[in-house]
Amino acid sequence: MSAASGSGYYIPHEAKWPIVGSIGLYLFFMGFGKLLNDQALGTPLLVAGSVVLIVMMFGWFGLVIKESEAGTYNTQVDVSFRMAMMWFIFSEVMFFAAFFGALFYARTFSGPWLGGEGAGGAAATNAVLWSGFDYIWPNNGPGRVGGDYQPMGWFGLPLINTLLLLTSGITCTIAHHAIKDGNRTKMVKWLAATCLLGGIFVLCQAFEYYEAYAHLGLKMTSGIYGSTFFMLTGFHGFHVTMGAIMLFVVMLRGGRKHFSAENHFAFEAAAWYWHFVDVVWLGLFIFVYLV
Amino acid sequence: MSYSDTAHHGDDHDHHGPAPGLKRWLYTTNHKDIGTLYLWFSLLMFFIGGAMALIIRAELFQPGIQIVDPMFFNSMTTMHAIVMIFGVVMPAFVGLANWMIPMMLGAPDMALPRLNNWSFWIMPFAFTIMLSTLFMDSGGPAGGWTLYPPLTLQMGDSFAFVIFAIHFMGISSVMGSINIVATIFNMRAPGMTLMKMPLFVWTWLITAYLLIATIPVFAGAVTMLLTDRYFGTSFFSAAGGGDPVMFQHIFWFFGHPEVYILILPAFGIISSIIPTFARKPLFGYDSMVYATASIAFLSFIVWAHHMFTTGMPLAAELFFMFSTMMISVPTGVKVFNWVATMWKGAMTFETPMLFAIGFVIMFTIGGLSGLMLAITPADIQYHGTYFVVAHFHYVLVPGAIYSLIAATYYWIPKWTGNMYDEKLGKIHFWTSTIFVNVLFFPMHFVGLAGMPRRIPDYSLQFADWNMIASIGAFGFGFAQLLFVWVVVKCVRGGAKATDEVWEGAVGLEWTVASPAPYHTFETAPSRQLIDKNHF
Repeated sequence: MSAASGSGYYIPHEAKWPIVGSIGLYLFFMGFGKLLNDQALGTPLLVAGSVVLIVMMFGWFGLVIKESEAGTYNTQVDVSFRMAMMWFIFSEVMFFAAFFGALFYARTFSGPWLGGEGAGGAAATNAVLWSGFDYIWPNNGPGRVGGDYQPMGWFGLPLINTLLLLTSGITCTIAHHAIKDGNRTKMVKWLAATCLLGGIFVLCQAFEYYEAYAHLGLKMTSGIYGSTFFMLTGFHGFHVTMGAIMLFVVMLRGGRKHFSAENHFAFEAAAWYWHFVDVVWLGLFIFVYLV
Repeated sequence: MSYSDTAHHGDDHDHHGPAPGLKRWLYTTNHKDIGTLYLWFSLLMFFIGGAMALIIRAELFQPGIQIVDPMFFNSMTTMHAIVMIFGVVMPAFVGLANWMIPMMLGAPDMALPRLNNWSFWIMPFAFTIMLSTLFMDSGGPAGGWTLYPPLTLQMGDSFAFVIFAIHFMGISSVMGSINIVATIFNMRAPGMTLMKMPLFVWTWLITAYLLIATIPVFAGAVTMLLTDRYFGTSFFSAAGGGDPVMFQHIFWFFGHPEVYILILPAFGIISSIIPTFARKPLFGYDSMVYATASIAFLSFIVWAHHMFTTGMPLAAELFFMFSTMMISVPTGVKVFNWVATMWKGAMTFETPMLFAIGFVIMFTIGGLSGLMLAITPADIQYHGTYFVVAHFHYVLVPGAIYSLIAATYYWIPKWTGNMYDEKLGKIHFWTSTIFVNVLFFPMHFVGLAGMPRRIPDYSLQFADWNMIASIGAFGFGFAQLLFVWVVVKCVRGGAKATDEVWEGAVGLEWTVASPAPYHTFETAPSRQLIDKNHF
C-alpha cells in the first residue's frame, strides 16, 4: 500500500451521477431514434442528452479525481480500477471483432458464393439471380449499389496515418517513462506531442473521407466495400478521438501537479486505451487497405 | 495478499444505515440495496413478459384468429422473448450476484459500487424505451427476438428504438459483468482461494466473461442492422455484396453463449442448494468448475446449430453438429454430480430443494431434446416447429426460472430475517410443476407433428394439445401470483430465521446475522471461519 493511500477498501455512499448518466443516455437514444425517423424533437433531445452526459462525465470523473488526489484509494481499489479498464478494453476489442468478422465473412465466404464459387446451390444462385457477377474484392455487389467508385489505396494518407499513430505510441511511452521517473514537466510535453499526433490523425482521416466522397465516388452506400470501409475506419476514428480526449485530460491534470512516480493510474488507463486503438488501426491498415 | 482487510466509507452521515426515503434507492451504492432493486425489477418484468405469454396462449387456445391481430401476435412472441431474456433472467441473476457474491467471498461490497448503481439504473430506462415501442404507430418489433434481416429491416419507425434499447441494456450488462469479475478477483477475503469459492461465484465468474465477450458482438450486429436501415450500408443485402445469413452468424456468435449466460448461474444455485438439503458436501467440486469452464468454451464454437436449415457448407454442418453434441459431456458431468450428491444423503424436501430437484429432472428433459435437435438431419425436420419451443422452454422455465425461484426461497430468510410460509411454498411448487408440464410437454407432440412456431393460427389436428397447453399456461401463470404472495408475506413478517437458516448450509453468507446487516464483512472474516465454511 502506498503511503498516501487511505487504509481499507473505499466504498462510496450516495452517488447521484449514475442516475444522471441514465437520464442522459435515455434522452440521447430517444433523440437519436426520433432524428432517424424524422420525428419531432429529435435534435433537441439528442443535444440535451449529450449535454447531460458531458455534465455527468465532468461530475463523475471530477469526483473520482478529487477522491484519488485526497488519497482515499488504497492499492486494492487501484487494482479494481485496473481490472475494470482492462476488461472494458477487451469488450471494445470484441465490438471491433464483430465488424472485422463481417469483413472476413463477406470476403471469404459470401462474396465468392455470390460469384458462383463453392458447392451447394452457389453456382445456380449466381446463374439465376446474379448472372455475370464475378467476385473480386473490393466490390459493391452484383447490384452495383452506390454506383461506380474507386477503392481507397493504402499509399498516401493511410500510410501517413499509420506512421502518425505508431509514432504517437512511442511518444506516449516516453511520457510514461517520464512520469515513472517523477518528471511531470517532461510527461506533459510528450503527452502534448501524443495528443497532437492523434489530432493530426483525425484531421487526415476527415480529409480522406472528403477525398472518398468528393473524388473517388466512395460512399458509405458503396455496397459491402463502402459499408465495411466506413464503419471500421469510422468507429476506429471515434475511438481515436475518445483516446485523445483521455490523454488530453491526463495532460491537463499533469499541469495541475496530479500524479506521482508511483501513482498515475489514469495515465496508464488512457495509455492502454491508446495502444488498443493503435493495434486496431494496424488490423485496419492490413485488412482494409493493404490486402 | 498485501491488501488490508477492512473497508471504509465515503460521504458517511450515518455509518451503518441506509439513507432515508427515495434517495436511498436512487443513489445507493450498497450491494444489497442494488441486489434488491434488480430482483424487484425482474419480478415486475416477469409478470409483464408473462402477460405477453398468456396473450399468445389465449390466441392459440383454439385454431383460427380469435383475439388479437396477427401483427400484434408477432409483437407478443418477439417482446415476450426480449423481456424474459433481458428483463427477467439476466437482471435476476445479476441481482442474486449482487446480494450473494460479496457475502460469499467475505467482501465488504462490490468492487465498483458507483458503477454497480449505474448498471441497475440503466435497466428501467432501457426497458421504458423497449416497451414504449409497443405503443408507437408502427407497433413493436414483430420479426422475432433474433431480429433477422431482411424481415426486421421492414419494421416501422419503432425499429430504431428497439436497436437503441438493446445498446442501452448492453451497456448495463457489460458494466455489471466487469464489476463482478473485479469483485471476484480482487475482493476475496484473505484465505478465500479460488477453489474454495462457492460454485455460484464460479459460475458467475465464467458467465461474466461470456457477457463481456459476446454483448459487444451483439451490439456490433444490431449497429449493422441500424446502418443498413438508416444509412444505406449493405452488410445484409446480397445486391450490395453482403449477406443476410451473415447476420445470423454474428447474432448467434452472441446468441449461443447468451443461452449459457441464462443457465450457468442457475447451475451455481442448484449446486449450492442440493448439498444443503442432502446434508452432504457437493460431489465433485473440481469437476463442476472444469465442466462449467468447458461449457463456456464450447459455447463459442457451436453457434451455427441454430442455422442448420439456413444454408451452410456440409463440413460446417458436421462441425457444428459434433461440437454441439460435445456439450452434453460437461453438462452430463453436472447432472451426475447433483445426483451423486443426493445419493445416500439425509435428504429433506423444503421448498428450495423441491425446486432444485424439479430443476435437475426437467432441465435434463430439455437437455435431451436439445441433443435431438443437435443432430443435423433430424433438426431439418424439427426446425421452426413447436418441438424447438418445447425444448428451450424446458431449459428456461423449469430450468432458469426454477433456479431463480429456488434461490429466492433458499436465501430469502437471509435477506428478510423471516422464514417464508413453507406450506404455501410447497403448494407453489406442486401447482407450478404440474402446470408447467401441462403447458410445455404437449408442445413436443404438436411440434413433432409439424406445427410451426410463431404463427397465430394452426391446422385443426393440433387443436386438442394446444388447448391443453393453454390451460397449463394460465395455471402456471396464476401459480406465480402465489409466489408473489409468499415473498410479500415473508418480507412483512413471519417466524424469525436463525443465522444459519438451514441445518446443512455451508458458506460465509450463513455466518452473518439474519437479516444480513446493511454492511457485512467490513472486517474480513478470519481464515479459520473461511476454512470451516467453504465447499
